Amino acid sequence: MNMISFPPRRSRGKVHVPTVTLAHGGGGKAMKDLIDDVFVGAFDNPLLAPLDDQARIDLLDLAQYGDRLAFTTDSFVVDPLIFPGGDIGKLAVCGTVNDLAVGGALPLYLSCAVIVEEGVPIDLLRQIAGSMAATAKDAGVKIVTGDTKVVNKGACDQMFITTTGVGVVAAGVELGAHRARPGDAVLVNGLLGDHGAAILGARGDMALRAPIESDCAPLQGLIARLLEAAPNTRFMRDPTRGGIATVLNEIAEASQLAIEIDEAATPLRDEVRGFCEILGLDPLYLANEGKIVAIAPPDEAAAAVDAMRAHPLGRQAAIIGHVMAGEPGRVAMRTIFGGRRIVDMLVGEQLPRIC
Amino acid sequence: MKYVDEFRDRAKADVLIKAIERLLARMKRDETRPLQIMEVCGGHTHSIFRYGVEGMLPKSIELVHGPGCPVCVLPMGRVDDCIAIAERPEVIFATFGDAMRVPGSRKSLLQAKADGCDVRMVYSPMDALALARQNPAREVAFFGIGFETTMPSTALTVLQAEREGIENFSIFCNHITIVPTIKAILDSPDLRLDGFLGPGHVSMVIGDAPYEFIARYYRKPMVVAGFEPLDILQSIWMLLKQIDEGRCEIENQYARVAPAGGNAVALKAVAQVYELREFFEWRGLGSIDHSGVKIRDAYGRFDAERKFEVPNARIADPKSCQCGEVLKGVIKPWQCKVFGRACTPETPLGALMVSSEGACAAYYQYGGVKRGRDEAEASAA
Repeated sequence: MNMISFPPRRSRGKVHVPTVTLAHGGGGKAMKDLIDDVFVGAFDNPLLAPLDDQARIDLLDLAQYGDRLAFTTDSFVVDPLIFPGGDIGKLAVCGTVNDLAVGGALPLYLSCAVIVEEGVPIDLLRQIAGSMAATAKDAGVKIVTGDTKVVNKGACDQMFITTTGVGVVAAGVELGAHRARPGDAVLVNGLLGDHGAAILGARGDMALRAPIESDCAPLQGLIARLLEAAPNTRFMRDPTRGGIATVLNEIAEASQLAIEIDEAATPLRDEVRGFCEILGLDPLYLANEGKIVAIAPPDEAAAAVDAMRAHPLGRQAAIIGHVMAGEPGRVAMRTIFGGRRIVDMLVGEQLPRIC
Repeated sequence: MKYVDEFRDRAKADVLIKAIERLLARMKRDETRPLQIMEVCGGHTHSIFRYGVEGMLPKSIELVHGPGCPVCVLPMGRVDDCIAIAERPEVIFATFGDAMRVPGSRKSLLQAKADGCDVRMVYSPMDALALARQNPAREVAFFGIGFETTMPSTALTVLQAEREGIENFSIFCNHITIVPTIKAILDSPDLRLDGFLGPGHVSMVIGDAPYEFIARYYRKPMVVAGFEPLDILQSIWMLLKQIDEGRCEIENQYARVAPAGGNAVALKAVAQVYELREFFEWRGLGSIDHSGVKIRDAYGRFDAERKFEVPNARIADPKSCQCGEVLKGVIKPWQCKVFGRACTPETPLGALMVSSEGACAAYYQYGGVKRGRDEAEASAA
């Protein structure tokens, strides 16, 4: 590593009040103390430590990993902030890491911009920052720059986080939905819909308690194994909002091919199936935060599944369908019952049915 | 999953399909047109599309998707009334999820929420009553909607509110009854239906007896059906068997859930809280006599229509909509002039495009616009 590191130029500040106030966003000592105490302490790395207005990254250092920069951003506004299997901090790191990784990039650096509502407990902020730090470590990325704003009560819902990520794509890795071909396999790395069901359950509006945890996880390791085993993988995407149904429609549209999936081969946890049955939801549209949909050529599909199954985040990987010549842009599903139905894009949000 | 997977068994489906084909082959019937079977309930429509049941049936059976989606048949004027109530600053307006997107003449509840109204999605009227308990300084109005399936739970909630002395709670009652509506369909001059799949969950409450007139006076058979795909196939087979044997009866395939006599406790609560309205307006079907209920005077203080002033305006369905003809099986959804063009699930013009249980929305989402048109063109050629 050829990075210039500065020694910390002063001792770290500390917050001595229990909640965030507008003073913590005022630019003065209170704000410095908050940033020092909550974020710098947790994210601890030499690029962040000088607290300059930017992190400076050596180009030669980046170039050792590949020949293209990958760059992405995402905002996180999840309600509730803490849910079974994760919290907004873990989600904010995983989401951006996965957006880089599905493009074939090695995720390296993140920024973290936090908007906090006044009145939020400092300990909650510490917990979220701690969770971001732990997830970043797990994902092999560093949080090297950031920003904190405090807004009036009611101007945001406790806390919003935006993370921007930079990664490097290795030479020769070319991924794109348009590269799909008839006969290609459609793969997923495990059980679908856990995150969406966990969040809906945790919100409590449904008065339905289900033991479902979010699948929220950084996928760069699993994706690296997949690309080694199936170097001609055509395309990957993480099926977050809108679920796999939406991603499959996007792939079918971009490739101008048809996709058919098999309901019987689609991995779902019984708890998620039951949750959807009771509420009248379709698990194909539920969000995932630790899953990928990958399109692999037929001769590499089995190797891709094996490679994913060998990884802790891919134990239930499966081929769920195929790309086919057919009506361009059309996604269909062979149902468990033996029928066939169209799997279209969702119009709005999924709303529970009355009866 | 127990009690679910058994009813989605593919091998059993194959056996039933073969039995249906055998019956059709030996039946005496008018070969120039398909047998038209109406599933009255939107829940059936949803299952039929969700599992691709229609595509598994022989071409000589045509399923007509009936009026049994309460969200779909709600007229725009009633949605406007909801919004007028929701717009009052003291009101928390509680509703089932899928009623959120139904368009009024100005906006939907989803849009009203975005504009600052306090609209909350609940899963049961009891959740709305809990909101009233938690917010004694606010008025909680619950959007009571649905057929006899949801009617008892709303009635019991009113009775509970009375017992607890909760005064900041009311129901905006849009409950409707299925039997007068089936009768209106049977009375329509362009009717071609050969039989009905009866609404299983309505029957769980009201029993079989209210349908007797369908067999006796209109000479149409009905099988009260469950909602899993095997239930639907078996019910179709039972219906064909009746037609083949020249019988015309009300049979119950869904006996595991719907007892012949219905649910006495639920019926008692319904009778205690509601009375029939003289008429109720249906989107796509117009005004139908005695097809809706309102809250009795004795419980008038829980009636949002009395508590708040509502505009109560009648707003005509768009002229281009052919929902009524689709509902009666005269045309298929894709044969409507505006289907998939001006009328889509994003911007529904007609009732049947509104909820995922509506026939047009189901065709649009699960069947595809194009398939319908292709088949129509192929048969015209």
